[in-house]
Amino acid sequence: MALEDLQHNFLTGRIEDLVRWARRASVWPATFGLACCAIEMMAAGGADFDLARYGMEVFRNSPRQADLMIVAGRVSQKMAPVLRQVYDQMMEPKWVISMGVCASTGGLFNNYAIVQGVDQIVPVDVYAPGCPPSPETLMHAILTLHEQIRTGEILKRRSSGEPTHLDHQESPWTPEVPVAVRLGTPK
Amino acid sequence: MSDPTVRAAERLEPLVVETSEGAQGLQRREATPAGELSREVGSVLRVDGHAFDPSSIDYERRDDETMIINMGPSHPSTHGVLRIMLELDGEFVLRAKPVIGYLHTGMEKTGEELSYVQGATNVTRMDYLSPVTNELSYSLAVESLLGIEVPERATWIRMMMSELNRISSHLVWMATNGMDLGSTSMMIYGFRERELILAFFEKTAGLRLNLNYVRPGGVAADLPDGWEDDVTVICDTIDERTYEYDQLLTGQPIFRERMVGVAPITAEEALALSVTGPLLRSTGVPWDLRRTMPYLAYDQVDFDVIVGTYGDNFDRYAIRLNEMRESIRIIRQCIEMMPRGDYRSQDPKVTPPPRARIGESMEALIHHFKLFTEGFHVPQGEVYSAIESPRGEIGCYLVSDGGPKPYRIHVRAPSFVNLQAVPLLMRGGSMSDAITVISTVDPIMGEVDR
Amino acid sequence: MIELPANAPAGVITADVLKSDIGCFPTREQYFGLVSALKADGFELCADVCGVDYLEYAERSLPEGVLPTRFEVVVNLLSMSRRQRVRIRVQAGTESPAVDSLFTLYPGSEAMEREAFDMFGIIFNGHPDLTRILMPEDWEGHPLRKDYGAGRVPVQFKEAPGPR
Repeated sequence: MALEDLQHNFLTGRIEDLVRWARRASVWPATFGLACCAIEMMAAGGADFDLARYGMEVFRNSPRQADLMIVAGRVSQKMAPVLRQVYDQMMEPKWVISMGVCASTGGLFNNYAIVQGVDQIVPVDVYAPGCPPSPETLMHAILTLHEQIRTGEILKRRSSGEPTHLDHQESPWTPEVPVAVRLGTPK
Repeated sequence: MSDPTVRAAERLEPLVVETSEGAQGLQRREATPAGELSREVGSVLRVDGHAFDPSSIDYERRDDETMIINMGPSHPSTHGVLRIMLELDGEFVLRAKPVIGYLHTGMEKTGEELSYVQGATNVTRMDYLSPVTNELSYSLAVESLLGIEVPERATWIRMMMSELNRISSHLVWMATNGMDLGSTSMMIYGFRERELILAFFEKTAGLRLNLNYVRPGGVAADLPDGWEDDVTVICDTIDERTYEYDQLLTGQPIFRERMVGVAPITAEEALALSVTGPLLRSTGVPWDLRRTMPYLAYDQVDFDVIVGTYGDNFDRYAIRLNEMRESIRIIRQCIEMMPRGDYRSQDPKVTPPPRARIGESMEALIHHFKLFTEGFHVPQGEVYSAIESPRGEIGCYLVSDGGPKPYRIHVRAPSFVNLQAVPLLMRGGSMSDAITVISTVDPIMGEVDR
Repeated sequence: MIELPANAPAGVITADVLKSDIGCFPTREQYFGLVSALKADGFELCADVCGVDYLEYAERSLPEGVLPTRFEVVVNLLSMSRRQRVRIRVQAGTESPAVDSLFTLYPGSEAMEREAFDMFGIIFNGHPDLTRILMPEDWEGHPLRKDYGAGRVPVQFKEAPGPR
């Protein structure tokens, strides 16, 4: 079959854009509920907020099937090694949302028991503020992450310490949320 | 000796195993007194205070069919970060040991650094499904040390809010319990109805969870305009929906198979383990602090204390479902009988001056500033105030040295104590029943670890 | 003021500590005997066991005859039949605090005593499994003691200009 037979009903684009687009729409979060924020995370998956609109409702119980870890709640010194292990068990590419001030900075609990910010243990992509963040805030964080995935590099290089998801040289990332899918749009 | 098709708890002969230290065995459940049983099931996985070492299992045992597995702390059905070490005989649980502390937040230490005004912010994050009861027990403790009277309207507002909170907490329980048993619809329904109550909380207190609404001296804000209509809609809707849940779950064969007669506990065992709340009432003990040691205005409203008979999972489910209906009864009476007046004490010691006066009076400004920077001083003394949370008796033990911060604040968390019943309830049941046990005990890990 | 049961150890000091609460102030030796007498007298439920560290508040008001020590164990018992609470405050010692465990009387005190051990280092003699419950096994120190710092980390603002 020659190309002429297709009658032009196809689009062309870069494979990189296609991969990003597909990844963006199929993020599966791991169930990693810790504290109050976990209740709001469940509420976000419930009927009123309906996280399924973004293809996010499939909370995987096994970290090996998940590619997003929503750290929902305060991380204690005793939990920190467990959290790191769950993170290590997840397959690349993987992302982390730090949900709530306790996970982001320790929040109200600046004391001996709580890790002052989960970014000391795992690299965090998006921080959601609030105590606890309402489901709308979590959804905004998730959409922000989607946007980062869509505009980021395919291969993340976390070791360099650079915020690799931002494409600094070519097109500065703008937080336009929600976004339309632009398949194959030249930069 | 052991026939694997017979459940371990049903074997006639005691399970005796030859070990390097002689024969060691498990008595049958009826032959073991409650105290000894809990010692056996509660602490067996540790020897001499050292953590259990898996490499020290004696693999050479003839009859060794047992296996020790670790469940949690990141497990979908442990309701947070509970970790349980299970010793299994085939599929049946011989022993279980909860390992907690994965959410230890040091709240009691933080509470010593916060003033009494700020304290409610701290305690409300303990039991995140029923924040109002946490704040209430704390506020009652502070108020009884201060010796101040709370206006009647504040009392009734507190009562109505804590009953709304009880419903929302039980709704989450119904939802997660349904999810644990595979009924995903119940999960959706429970969270759907809960949003009604949370929307009202947001309207009243400004937050969905962790309200910081009940404070020493009253409540943070008056009820919003038109609250009667909002609350009536909530009552009508949820009252109707409880019958839907009834239809969905109560008669459903799979649900009954997994709930009826599973994991029973007797009243003696429950009392020995200091268990309170629906778990205690399911054994037939009519102990509800709202009725037996009334606080707020619970002696002026009409409601029933729901008790069970067999102490099994199904009783615990039925109690929670019916408690929601009783709470609705209480709330309807609150709407009718809500008095007019102040929503917080006018004692200038604890209550800041009204916003309008701060602009015109220097004294009011200074007073406001002092109250929110230093806080108020509480007379020396110590007090224990206990109320009924959705999970049992929540108590706040407060020691004051006369300063603006508590010298010691200790919270008697119902989930923490109730969790001790888990090994006993799991014993002899199958692995899938263990899930329902965790679910029906309803531990909130934030409160367990504090 | 309640009458202590007849078989309670002699010489236990009682006092009204607040309006509705009744306090007993036994010594360490009287403690176990008092609790078992109270249990036989109808206090079915051990509601709460907790420790208090009075390092910075040694001058607290206690009834006559009670020798204050640094650590105190506070036990709240509840009688369902009489609808009454009683609070027992034991002076547990200053250097190496230790009291008898209530485990044989109230198995439900197991976790609460472990918590008091974990947080304050109070030894409960006869407890079946006195190990850390909330903190990790290898943790050093007992966090709720008054001489144990809160572990506050200074808040950093990474983007703030200038040396800090």
